[in-house]
Amino acid sequence: MARRREKLPPDRSKALVAMTVNGERVEAPFEPHKTMLEVLREDLALTGTKHGCELGECGTCAVLLDGKPVLSCLVLGLECEGRSVETVEGMAGPEGLHPLQKAFADLGAAQCGYCTPGFLLTAKALLEENPRPTLPEIRQALAGNLCRCTGYVKIFEAVELAAAWLRGEAAEPRKESLYGYDFDESGLLPSHPGPVGAVLAAAREAAVDEGGDKPRPYRAKAR
Amino acid sequence: MKEKIRVGFEGDFQFREIEIAAGDPAPWDPSQKFSVVGTRQPRLDGKAKATGEAKYSIDVRLPGMLYGRILRCMLPAATVKSLDLSAARKMPGVRAAIALAEPGEKLRFAGQEVAAVAAETPDQAEDALAAIRVAYEARPFVVSLDDARKSGAPLVFEGKTETKTSGGDVESGGKNLARHGNVLGPRSTVKGDVDAGFQKAAGVVEGTYDTQVQTHSALETHGLVARWEGTELTVWASTQGIFDMRDQLAETLQIPVSKVRVITEYMGGGFGAKFGPRVEGLAAARLAKEAGAPVKLFLDRKEEQLASGNRPSARQTVKAGATRDGKLTALQLTVYGNGGTNGGTGTSGPVKNVYACENLKVDEYDVFTNAGPGTAMRAPGHPQGAFALEATMDELAKAIGMDPLEFRLKNDPSAVRREQFRVGAEKIGWKDRDARRKTSDPEILRGVGVGAAVWYNTGGTGPRATVTIHKDGSAEVEHGVQDLGTGSRTMVAMVAAEELGVPLDEVSVSIGDSRLPFAPDSGGSTTTPSSAPAIRRAAWEAKQALARAVAKEWKVPAESVKVEKGRVSAAGNPPHEATWAAACKLLPSEGVAATAERADNHEDAWKRFTTGCQFAEVEVDTATGKVRVNRVVAVHDCGVPINPLTTESQIQGGVIQGVSYALFEDRILDRPTGRMVNPNVEAYKIAGALDVPEIDVTLVSVWDGINNTNSVGIGEPATVPTAAAIANAVSHALGVRIRQIPITPEVVLAAVRERDSKGGRS
Repeated sequence: MARRREKLPPDRSKALVAMTVNGERVEAPFEPHKTMLEVLREDLALTGTKHGCELGECGTCAVLLDGKPVLSCLVLGLECEGRSVETVEGMAGPEGLHPLQKAFADLGAAQCGYCTPGFLLTAKALLEENPRPTLPEIRQALAGNLCRCTGYVKIFEAVELAAAWLRGEAAEPRKESLYGYDFDESGLLPSHPGPVGAVLAAAREAAVDEGGDKPRPYRAKAR
Repeated sequence: MKEKIRVGFEGDFQFREIEIAAGDPAPWDPSQKFSVVGTRQPRLDGKAKATGEAKYSIDVRLPGMLYGRILRCMLPAATVKSLDLSAARKMPGVRAAIALAEPGEKLRFAGQEVAAVAAETPDQAEDALAAIRVAYEARPFVVSLDDARKSGAPLVFEGKTETKTSGGDVESGGKNLARHGNVLGPRSTVKGDVDAGFQKAAGVVEGTYDTQVQTHSALETHGLVARWEGTELTVWASTQGIFDMRDQLAETLQIPVSKVRVITEYMGGGFGAKFGPRVEGLAAARLAKEAGAPVKLFLDRKEEQLASGNRPSARQTVKAGATRDGKLTALQLTVYGNGGTNGGTGTSGPVKNVYACENLKVDEYDVFTNAGPGTAMRAPGHPQGAFALEATMDELAKAIGMDPLEFRLKNDPSAVRREQFRVGAEKIGWKDRDARRKTSDPEILRGVGVGAAVWYNTGGTGPRATVTIHKDGSAEVEHGVQDLGTGSRTMVAMVAAEELGVPLDEVSVSIGDSRLPFAPDSGGSTTTPSSAPAIRRAAWEAKQALARAVAKEWKVPAESVKVEKGRVSAAGNPPHEATWAAACKLLPSEGVAATAERADNHEDAWKRFTTGCQFAEVEVDTATGKVRVNRVVAVHDCGVPINPLTTESQIQGGVIQGVSYALFEDRILDRPTGRMVNPNVEAYKIAGALDVPEIDVTLVSVWDGINNTNSVGIGEPATVPTAAAIANAVSHALGVRIRQIPITPEVVLAAVRERDSKGGRS
């Protein structure tokens, strides 16, 4: 895949391309063979758009081109002449973070965070087209973006939460604490059920104790 | 100092006397009313990650920075005859070129490194690779486990075994073991007498189970940016262990440790493959030295798939026996693992440590092939070991006519996991799983399966942290730990905020830099249990420093000053009392600070293995062979989770990696050419948004008193039992045992044919 660009005369080695990036008009000189991903990261220093495979497979480099999600590793910079490009750096507005950005941060949808920009822009395009997506619609829209850490669940939750916020609905992530048992006089029996008691206490009576353990005296509900 | 503390879990608390190190606080008690720990806290850096402000090592741009690329030999076995870099050096923009292999050197897999260049642009570096003149003599090669075991197979190592291991790899013990052909071993473990155990058994089963090679496929590839300033080297690396990276760079480049600085502010995943500088990191450092300019060298996706490590494949034969009333009498595992040019492919963790069995025999062999080296990957050996063991448990339960869950409960020595099994069984609806097998579509069958997880690591000594309390009451923590995305940065702040009684948003954290106090590598699920106790101790000592400073101002003995949440007081006549803010105002302008080292684990703690179990419900389309995982119930012990939000996320991520391992991922090597045919992330299929089951996570908190925060790690156990549970669920749905993963449509359709040939549907 060696590119023989050095054979070109130096003055003709770069193209001057005018486009709109994150709402600002930009005239950037760059080598005409460069992908939009390379132009963004190398020539415009917008490193929020991430490099994942450069094969058009992982979705990490997704940006919006005229509002539609594209894989910037499969788009030539030249193709963006006169068009509008939006990257993660352009999502926040004067009022602060885009609701998707806030929801991703609040719900832990950004784990290592490397795939996050691609997911955010893909989700933004979805919500602009469909303000009330169902879970299957969210999954379908995000099917081209790989995430290796989160298990996707928190990403789906964040898109749902952001969609609710964008519709003007009140919704908040839950924030309960796990611990802080009070104990009975023995000091050994918690006063309220934890995750084990919550499931087993009710079922316990009926259950056959297959393992030979003595049934444990879980609290079924808080005192 | 002995202290009586409360240990155990919700269903079994007890009091226990344990020895607490002088200067270390006693472990948190289950009655502790936390204000920060145990709450679902968004990552401190969530906003930076959602705005693109977070700078990963791959994003680092330095003035005058060059770009490095590596030339790789695409023959699976070759000897370098000659290597000439002179033409490459003359290419436009090229500033440095180095050899990574010498003439006469034997190369052993397609994708192995030969040379590297650094140039002013990535394209110039790529072009220069084509100008490197290298001549190879091809040698015979072998890439499949079966072929490699045959007598007369081409030898991967003709002379002595030369494996390269990195941090986190499983110890292969290769040096002391005999190698016959390409087969090294066995590493053997014997307990009791398996033959006698099989004699006593009412039922004996035996099966052979195949698992594939899985690659880590972190989205940020391996690499670093290296910059020399005189004799000092700074690297911005994508690494799981900045201190390990620092030490290895110093050792290999023969410079003092004090002259190497490693920075990892953000990183895009590791999963076990990112320890040490590796070939590309050392190449970048050498290129930067030669060029006299900073060099960025990151692998591309194909290189990542070929040469950055993988989970070895395994062929495991498990034989097990049990009495009629369901007690295991003998358990035997023989495994041949293929880690390419690396050893350490054992899978015996689950067989040795999940179920109790008096008679055990394990023989583990490493089989070398001309393939990219295996390396540590999220719970090395365990997902593959769990798959074979849990299938065996199902088969044996069937052989003695017992419910598979009941059979497990009878043999599980862990009180915590027995309860976890019961919780999971309730949630998945184990009891009526047979009744749920049929769906409205006659071609789609439903199944439910289960698997267990075991893990060991409790963290260790070494980590240090510095906590500063400022005059305005805010606090700062310095601790060199890297955050792989797991949430370490937030964990560090939460522990300090809890101990100091300061709101989380008034705590600032500096991490990810080897110039900060020493922190653990992130391997073996040890980060939190190693770091958190050091942070807590430093915060505790900083509070005492505050007490001493306040005592001086109040003119009372330091011992009489108590620092509690938001309040500082001293009994006496007259008593003193101040809010946290007012007390801090009494501090000198530099505030107070304490640096503390993590205490040893408490020997007399309530010891246990870290346990978990997962249940999976699947639907299998018998016409197309497609498997859909509907639901996974994951019940795990994570000690006392500091941040349930990020803990849960680790488990969800572990589950989906397990789904991906069970159904999709497979590194496929072409036997005629020895090359990987799917070095990408499309034909190498990774689970995506459409493949995600409903994941129900239950955290069973365990207070073991082993360290002052009762924390243990979760990253690895979370992915151990998923594939096992899914394979058992598919077997349950079909009524035929699945003995290999990934469970592709081809595997399912073969199982359907096997079932039908055995006389109709069960």
